[in-house]
Amino acid sequence: MVPFLRLYFSVLAMTVSTVAAANTLGDPEAGKKVFAKCKGCHQVGEGARNRIGPHLNGLFGRPAAGLKEFTYSKSIQRAGSSGLEWHAETLDAFLENPRSYASGTRMSFRGLKSPEDRHNVIAYLRLFSDDPANIPEADPTATATDHDIDQAILAIQGDPEYGAYLSSECTTCHQADGGDAGIPSIVLWPEDEFVVAMHAYKTKQRNHPVMQMIAGRLNDEEIAALAAYFNSLDN
Amino acid sequence: MKMNRRIFLGKTAVATAAVAAPMVLADGHAKPRVVVVGGGAGGATAARYIAKDSKGEIDVTLIEPTRTYYTCFFSNLYLGGFKEIEDIGHSYGGLAAGGVNVVHDWAVGVDRDAKTVSLAGGGNVKYDKLILSPGIDFVDMAVPGWDISAQNAMPHAYKAGSQTELLKAQLMAMPEGGTFAMVAPTNPYRCPPGPYERVSMVAHYLKANNPTAKIIVADPKPKFSKMALFQEGWANHYEGMIDWIGEDFGGGNVSVDPAAMTVTIDGEETKVDVCNVIPAMKAGRIAEIAGVTDGNWAPVNAADMSTKADPDIYVLGDASQQGDMPKSGFSANSQAKVCANAVRGALTGSKVFPAKFSNTCWSLIETNDGVKVGATYEATPEKIAKVDGFISQTGESADLRKATYEESEGWYSGITADMFG
Repeated sequence: MVPFLRLYFSVLAMTVSTVAAANTLGDPEAGKKVFAKCKGCHQVGEGARNRIGPHLNGLFGRPAAGLKEFTYSKSIQRAGSSGLEWHAETLDAFLENPRSYASGTRMSFRGLKSPEDRHNVIAYLRLFSDDPANIPEADPTATATDHDIDQAILAIQGDPEYGAYLSSECTTCHQADGGDAGIPSIVLWPEDEFVVAMHAYKTKQRNHPVMQMIAGRLNDEEIAALAAYFNSLDN
Repeated sequence: MKMNRRIFLGKTAVATAAVAAPMVLADGHAKPRVVVVGGGAGGATAARYIAKDSKGEIDVTLIEPTRTYYTCFFSNLYLGGFKEIEDIGHSYGGLAAGGVNVVHDWAVGVDRDAKTVSLAGGGNVKYDKLILSPGIDFVDMAVPGWDISAQNAMPHAYKAGSQTELLKAQLMAMPEGGTFAMVAPTNPYRCPPGPYERVSMVAHYLKANNPTAKIIVADPKPKFSKMALFQEGWANHYEGMIDWIGEDFGGGNVSVDPAAMTVTIDGEETKVDVCNVIPAMKAGRIAEIAGVTDGNWAPVNAADMSTKADPDIYVLGDASQQGDMPKSGFSANSQAKVCANAVRGALTGSKVFPAKFSNTCWSLIETNDGVKVGATYEATPEKIAKVDGFISQTGESADLRKATYEESEGWYSGITADMFG
């Protein structure tokens, strides 16, 4: 908690000097392209739902951890109860390096180093925050792009007890408490996202060699079991 | 410490009573007991998983002499200056909080008939299932001229901690343009890429602090793990600094003189400033004392890591002879989970799932230049057999190498959380 607060305040202090930059209006069209990096986990626009990450409609003015129906990391919950709200300035600081801003966030994203990219994506997100009733007609954002999966596979009900055993292979690298220190968090994902991602590794549509190897020998039931287990973990 | 000792003595009293009344398990009021010897990647993981998953149905005792465990993995990064020694030290408080009875003592004897482990500090601990994860010891006279009494003059630094700190201090004290020698081990040994990552980290340090210094490696092997990747990296980053003398050039014909600080390779004597001797290895001594070794290692059954010699004694990690898996922290952690599941099943009737094993070894060659090798394994009646694997390629992009290094940092956080809670 203490190190987190220290970081948090130092980032706030830092943002004072960058407020002017953060207020620079970005280009929402360019921001839409930047948002492609976010789409694997976040939806925004009409019909957007919580997926691996929370939906981003009405984000401006929303307190951190502000959606009741989404399970946030403890770190983001603490930030919310300490008064963090999402605005251009706070988003700018968060997006630059999410893990240094909120050290325990499950958002497995290195950040946008380019201030221009940040301003543009913030301008894009701003389009969906004017008034929830007045969300502009936008394409419903794509979910993960790398799947075209048999519905029968998605329909398999996983056995969480088997998943708990299988998960011990995952937790050598992925932390069971959702921490992310260089290897992404995999806890509390929607089960279908988990299944889609694992099958994408299994079929080598996703590139990581360790994950291709691990997923390559898991059968459909085992992947479903893991999805059920990781979705059921306490935060 | 006092607290632990008191709890431990309390348990001994119970154990003594149990000896007087055999068939403890049938009594209905005593819980099954698992004793784990060795608190590294195999033992700590096994103790933690059995305690966690049995939810109090099994008494788990971990016997480990040190109070702070320094991981051998990432200890080379300390030599290179990428980590502080504190970064690789871990206490056992998390395991104790997770229900493991942590006893800081040496296990010095195993009575397989009475099913007890005796401790250097006195007393015996009773077990229903005994898991040995003692890591490695060195083969006597494997390198002529070197024995354990010479480890201050010529450190092995292959059990992390004070030896690693000593080697670092000697590296830092090297005279300008001095010579760092390594005597590499014969197969099989702990962490196949370890000596060569160490050479890389030593070179990284010297390049910045003592750029005219030289590194000589006397190697009894004709080739080694990730050889093409290391040799590419050495040529790219440390050109002209490292002289690797393999078996073909007499690297196996080596002796040392710790008093004179000389290394003789294939008849040619060289005066050196630092000499890192990594001798041939064998299972940690308690495995031999327990009578479960055959030669240098303890043969085990692949399905559950039980020894061929005794179905109630299991051996994990470096000390085991299991088949195709390399001796690594990742392997030991993987084997520990298979073993924990099987032991829990045998003692409480919980569901036993089929064994699955995996391993990945990351190595750092230079800042942000990480490489990896890995494989998956399955249990066959004969051994743990390799199923599938991969290795980093030569000529990979700098971005990919950096991502691989960052991934290794993530893995370190992950596995140490998985071991120690």
